[in-house]
Amino acid sequence: MWEYSEKVKDYFFNPKNSGVLEGADGVGDVGAISCGDALRLMIKVDPETQIITDARFQTFGCGSAIASSSALTELIIGKTIEEAMKISNQDIADFLGGLPPEKMHCSVMGYEALQAAVANYRGEEWVDDHEEGALICKCFGIDEGMIERTVRSNGLTSVDEITNYTKAGGGCSTCAEGIEGVLERVNAEMVAEGLLAAEKAFVPGVVPRKVKEKKVVRTDAAAKAPLTTLQKIKIIEQTLEEIRPSLQRDGGDCELVDVEGNRVIVKLTGACVGCHLSSATIEGVQARLVEAVGVPLIVIPAAPVH
Amino acid sequence: MEPAPVYLDNNATTRCDPKVVEAMIPFFSEQFGNASSMHAFGAEVGGALAKARKQLQALLGAEFDHEIIYTSGGTEADNMAIMSALETQGDRDEIVTSAVEHPAVLSLVAHLEKTGRAKVHIIGVDAKGRLDMEAYRKALGPKTAIVSIMWANNETGTIFPVEQLAELAHQAGALFHTDAVQAAGKIPIDMATNEIDMLSLSGHKLHGPKGIGALYARKGTRLRPLIRGGHQERGRRAGTENAPAIIGLGKAAELAMEHMADEQTRVAGLRDRLEKGLLQQIGNSFVTGDPDNRLPNTANVAFEYIEGEAILLLMNRQGIAASSGSACTSGSLEPSHVLRAMNVPYTAAHGAIRFSFSRENGDADVDRVLEVMPEIIGKLREMSPFWRERDNQAFNPTYA
Ligand SMILES: Cc1ncc(COP(=O)(O)O)c(C=O)c1O
Ligand code: FES
Repeated sequence: MWEYSEKVKDYFFNPKNSGVLEGADGVGDVGAISCGDALRLMIKVDPETQIITDARFQTFGCGSAIASSSALTELIIGKTIEEAMKISNQDIADFLGGLPPEKMHCSVMGYEALQAAVANYRGEEWVDDHEEGALICKCFGIDEGMIERTVRSNGLTSVDEITNYTKAGGGCSTCAEGIEGVLERVNAEMVAEGLLAAEKAFVPGVVPRKVKEKKVVRTDAAAKAPLTTLQKIKIIEQTLEEIRPSLQRDGGDCELVDVEGNRVIVKLTGACVGCHLSSATIEGVQARLVEAVGVPLIVIPAAPVH
Repeated sequence: MEPAPVYLDNNATTRCDPKVVEAMIPFFSEQFGNASSMHAFGAEVGGALAKARKQLQALLGAEFDHEIIYTSGGTEADNMAIMSALETQGDRDEIVTSAVEHPAVLSLVAHLEKTGRAKVHIIGVDAKGRLDMEAYRKALGPKTAIVSIMWANNETGTIFPVEQLAELAHQAGALFHTDAVQAAGKIPIDMATNEIDMLSLSGHKLHGPKGIGALYARKGTRLRPLIRGGHQERGRRAGTENAPAIIGLGKAAELAMEHMADEQTRVAGLRDRLEKGLLQQIGNSFVTGDPDNRLPNTANVAFEYIEGEAILLLMNRQGIAASSGSACTSGSLEPSHVLRAMNVPYTAAHGAIRFSFSRENGDADVDRVLEVMPEIIGKLREMSPFWRERDNQAFNPTYA
């Protein structure tokens, strides 16, 4: 059973703006019945102000596809076309309080339908360059198409490299076998196409084993003395500063709100909010802090304000 | 008053019968001994395990009780049968199976093929899910180590002629295994009168506990353990016996035999009434599978132009549990491999719902489903871009 947010459920059970919009100025069709989801977005546009005055949808798809479609109409009604075009699929997911990783493509479909509907309104043709495949890494929502593109354009030949470029495999690492499968296939294709030397291609089963670095056990007296609260907060602050750049690269951020005993309260902002990965992010932050401070800590996200 | 919940997902798992639980309880904290131990604690358990084995033997009509090897479930039994067949026959490295097997078989054989340990022949099915006999005969040969074909399919309930298939396999000198996880307890099985070498079953599909199953291996079948260690199960499956679960499975087998006639008549009647009612009330829907050869409890109905997960969510809100082979419920992009193998068109494959009954269902369950389904299907169809335009292909996606 999927864990849908209350908002997804609400927008699925009581969808707003479903049905045909008579006399629509722009219509965008994306998806196909064979793929299991398809969406038609219909918009009415005021020619003077370029404001989207009405929008309706028809969707063939799962619960989150229907909820994403409905959310999209709510997001764009009343906006100018220019404003609406800035809406990303992440905005749709955020509006719904997040989507499970396997369902992020539903929000992508909404994003694409909007592009298609606006193109249709403007009398242009919208060409889709989007291609997806099976979801390989659940922790980071990376699908097969994404891995394939990255491997091809960067000539990657190892799982570690893929993790460095896409993050796939960098969380729980249970997807390693899946990543290896894609890598093996794509490398073989690249060799056949003359894009890669055969001896460089990834061969399954001969992955060099990583030698685990031994943890340095600190034995000096200073390390053993319990930290004062102030010292603890300082270390936490310092460590968070080190982590933030990598979150910011993904459009997110994490700020320290408070420390109560061993509870560290943080605020996730930007792309991290409502992102299904936020729990993975929190876990990562927690692991880093525990390591730095040297005592058990629990990282708790401050309640998001919506 | 809220209507009572309706559970029609018994092919996924069944409720553990309270009588089964009752039989199991003493073996947790009272008779907790290890059957291998040389004292009274162990002896008590040993006796109960022997009885449970007899109960399961009876359900299968097996000639000897030592033909039963307990496993952690259907998946392990399937894996053991196939791996053992490869290991015991160095001169044979081909596997013949069907396109509609459970992942317990299909994922394993795909892995064996990929790692170069076996050559795999996957036999297709026709639109009703019936095996392509011509292709089956052709695939068998002097290199075939094992044939693994399910007794009954979990999604459509279609029953394969496994007894006949086993004879054909033997003519090629191959072993024959069947995944009877869905068949055991629902239709009569009599191993004394067929040639099947190995058979898998699982406790939780017949009102027994989860995490227990068995591999039947006919006396004389050469076996290699999948899990090595102690001498339990005569050295064929190591690890201290899961006594409560084995005893529960024995009780479940006994109860299944008692209810076998009910399953064939009353339960089948409920299923038929549901199917008929759905097709009468809801257009553009049809039953998948082979109506002449299928489990008495399973109905798989495809509703065109809508998607299965959405249907299930609306049903769930009405307290009705069923399942769907739709891509979205499994997290993949492809709809059920079973329906695709049957060439069920995409317009319908995504909207196929499996209703699976058990002896615990009654007329009220059927009434309730028939009461709510038309509205659910209607609501989703109204939202679908394909519904109104089903006759003219006006939906014009910029990509497909
Ligand atoms: C046909 C079939 N084979 C095997 C299994 C797996 O059995 P278990 O869950 O006991 O491992 C199932 C159930 O999911 C099944 O339906
Ligand atoms: S699923 Fe890829 S790292 Fe967890």
